[in-house]
Amino acid sequence: MDQMNLSLAIPEIALALFACVFLIADSVTKGRILPILHNIVVLFCIGLGVYCLALVPTEGTGLAFSNMYIADSMALALKGFSALAIAFTLIVGANYAKDRDMFKGELHALVLFTLLGQMIMISANNLLLVYLGVELLSLSLYAAVAMQRDNVRATEAAMKYFVLGALASGFLLYGMSMIYGATGSLNHSDIAFAATAAVSGQKSIIFVFGIVFLVAGLAFKLGVVPFHMWVPDVYQGSPSISTLLISGAPKLAAFAMMMRLLVDGLFVMAFDWQNMLMVLAIASLAIGNLTAIAQTSLKRMLAYSTIAQMGFMLLGFLSGVTGQDTGNAAQAYSAAMFYSITYVLTTLGTFGVIMVMSRKGFEVENISDLKGLNKRAPWLALIMLLLMFSLAGIPPMMGFAAKLSVLKALLATGQVWLAVYAVMFSLVGAFYYIRIVKTMYFESPSDNTEIVMGNDARAVLGLNGLAVIALGLLPAPLMAYCMTVIQQTLAG
Amino acid sequence: MSNNIPYLSLAIWLPIAFGVLIMALGNDKNAGMVRGAALVASLISFVVTLPLYFGFDTSTAQLQFVESLPWIEAFGATYGLGVDGLSVWFVILTALITVFVVVAAWEVITEKVAQYMAAFLILSGLMVGVFSATDGLLFYVFFEATLIPMYIIVGVWGGPNRIYAAFKFFLYTLLGSLLTLVALIYLQFQSGTFEIAAWHKLPLGMTEQILIFLAFLMAFAVKVPMWPVHTWLPDAHVEAPTGGSVVLAAIMLKLGAYGFLRFSMPIAPDASHELAGFMITLSLIAVVYIGVVALVQKDMKKLVAYSSIAHMGFVTLGFFMFQDLAVQGAIIQMISHGFVSGAMFLCIGVLYDRVHSREISAYGGVVNTMPKFAAFFLLFAMANSGLPATSGFVGEFMVILGAVKYNFWIGLLAATTLIFGAAYSLWMYKRVVFGDVANDNVKELTDVNTREFLMLGALAILVMAMGLYPKPFTDVLQVSVDALLQHVAQSKL
Repeated sequence: MDQMNLSLAIPEIALALFACVFLIADSVTKGRILPILHNIVVLFCIGLGVYCLALVPTEGTGLAFSNMYIADSMALALKGFSALAIAFTLIVGANYAKDRDMFKGELHALVLFTLLGQMIMISANNLLLVYLGVELLSLSLYAAVAMQRDNVRATEAAMKYFVLGALASGFLLYGMSMIYGATGSLNHSDIAFAATAAVSGQKSIIFVFGIVFLVAGLAFKLGVVPFHMWVPDVYQGSPSISTLLISGAPKLAAFAMMMRLLVDGLFVMAFDWQNMLMVLAIASLAIGNLTAIAQTSLKRMLAYSTIAQMGFMLLGFLSGVTGQDTGNAAQAYSAAMFYSITYVLTTLGTFGVIMVMSRKGFEVENISDLKGLNKRAPWLALIMLLLMFSLAGIPPMMGFAAKLSVLKALLATGQVWLAVYAVMFSLVGAFYYIRIVKTMYFESPSDNTEIVMGNDARAVLGLNGLAVIALGLLPAPLMAYCMTVIQQTLAG
Repeated sequence: MSNNIPYLSLAIWLPIAFGVLIMALGNDKNAGMVRGAALVASLISFVVTLPLYFGFDTSTAQLQFVESLPWIEAFGATYGLGVDGLSVWFVILTALITVFVVVAAWEVITEKVAQYMAAFLILSGLMVGVFSATDGLLFYVFFEATLIPMYIIVGVWGGPNRIYAAFKFFLYTLLGSLLTLVALIYLQFQSGTFEIAAWHKLPLGMTEQILIFLAFLMAFAVKVPMWPVHTWLPDAHVEAPTGGSVVLAAIMLKLGAYGFLRFSMPIAPDASHELAGFMITLSLIAVVYIGVVALVQKDMKKLVAYSSIAHMGFVTLGFFMFQDLAVQGAIIQMISHGFVSGAMFLCIGVLYDRVHSREISAYGGVVNTMPKFAAFFLLFAMANSGLPATSGFVGEFMVILGAVKYNFWIGLLAATTLIFGAAYSLWMYKRVVFGDVANDNVKELTDVNTREFLMLGALAILVMAMGLYPKPFTDVLQVSVDALLQHVAQSKL
């Protein structure tokens, strides 16, 4: 087993090499061929995504680098979606970045490194490797937020993000060291083995403490209450393309990290961490939804909406095990995965619309900036309408199918009141989502500047809108897909 | 019966596809073409529903024109469609009303015409979906999806207070239906399927039945709407554009009442009997109290909105007496109310387009300037108050007969609707139409044009035909209602 198995890590290796070559090429040419390189980066990300997704059904579970690295179908699927999400971000954000002097080689390099960090998180089978991935992702993101040097708010946001992120990393490391102390290993499979022994005997306090800190670190990365304070400030302060880098694809990596740490490593302790997640979920649903209502800033509102959405995703994650019964696990985790993918898809579209609407010297900031969008650009308004109804969970949008599968997983474990609670807060959520629709459709524009967008941005936004409704009407294939990869991961 | 053309799928997806096309290609520069295309689209969508009636086998309560395709296996949900006597008329009614809505908007809607037409065509397809779904999840998806176009319709083309009305409409109905979703998932767990017919046979304990009944009641009572959750309706009606009011009154309210027939009563028969007294009380309050409320309205649309609530109270009253005659009467009342309330709103729309006021006091002596219109309006006002030989009479009479058989006093209270109905409808008619010409606005009124004449004329014929010869309706209903009542009479305990 102690083999390198380099071939399993081809996506990461290719990406790392590509990022380095890109950096050299860009600096040698002093940014003159950046427009061409931009296209190459986008094509590379798409290619990488398609490559990963194409591998899913054939590859079994494989371990590499002395069991530090795991390649299973869930990893490949999530990597594929992440790479595609990054490609989407670059396509839609290109004009936005150009208008703000952010369209430089550094941005692309940072974007590629965030992707690499996510991929490492997704495939980590060792606590240290998890940490490496988290830090690579986070450090690239801090820099991406701070890219506009003369933008005071962005700098402030980057500072906040950095300080709080460092704190969370501290939590994570502290938790990992306790787990290491309790089990004597950093490897997930060894931890799982030790945990089984610990559960049957006397549960050591240090083990449970370790889990608490791990969950706190995870909760910070997901941005759920009470570790959510950074989310609104960072969302609002960052340039929208960086906001999208934070709020889009990394949620898939965070989901994978939860799967690796909690399910692969600490599955037998499910009772302990499920209760912790329940507290987080309940608080996030309430605070996220209620606070979002009071926001006038669009990006802050979306930040609180993210908090609530992640709370809902956790509901799926915490219904895997009841007592000793693990029969619901595959259904619950695949529901959470489907929910995460749905969330990422809608977030990409939402911030895509925000970026397309912004122009040089004008940033879409407040909800009122969307006024009369239906008159200015009916097509964009329609996409935003679909996305908002999807976030609100109204059928036939994809968000409904996602909420339904999570609710179904909850009810399968008999947690009826939690389901009713979640449903009631969906109603609260619907209010601020349909308020966006109101602003776009029922009010007259206060600003009649024409909205310019490239054909590529138009095409991918259109695809996104189409996907949200098509996968809402026919969610079965993607659901079955999530189910398959989760089952393989649980079995492997 | 053995033909393989999927009429129900066509009736759902044709208008939706046309709607999407019109939205994609139309804009205000080619508004004329958009109107034409929308009319053709709605007519085609109506024509494909006709085989449902002509090919309908009235001798069986089985579902007909059944379609079934796998949909979401993970949930045990199928794309299942089918109609029986309870639903077939509503499918046809929905498609027909959409034609009227398109015609009514012809010269009136000048802004974002393509989106307006598209919204109504899509809405029409979705509502047909609600009436023909045989799968609980599919039903729910269609049921909820109707909120989206209606929200847009009220909010974009509505009156001055439209935003408040649109929000109230959306959140009220969503609140109601979310608990229904929990009930649906619960039923799926108990039975392993989302098929409604399987739920009908599912044995359930009394507590479960009561909880399920109440969860469904939340959704359907808001939609019907029953007293005391009716307050969204007057707001939505007043603010909605004419077409929106017509569809709301004629079809959307029926979605709730239909839900009682398809879900609440057969799935929870014992709870239905247990709670019948409660339901009858709420219905009677709607009939009597809301009838009185309608009497004092100053706004014509509000008046008709309250009269809709009272009429729908009659429908729920009919359901929960579990009598053949009463249930049939209630369904007839639903269909008739679709025509009559639609026609009333169209009439008010005709006046509003000319004077831009819905206040009763802004009118008076309309008959002097619009004699043809006055004649139509009179017929519909009479139908609204349940005059014999109009469609309004048949259903009300059957429900009252059933009620008297059930309990004399309930029958007596229910019968007061004939008095209140006549009072508010005809008093409004008197104040608007009769008397001397009240002001310059009325003086300058022009009578209905050809488009309006054809539209109102067609509805007038339907209202009279249904009043004089209700047999096509009762024939279709008979077997299905019998089967339903037999089923509900059997305890599941």
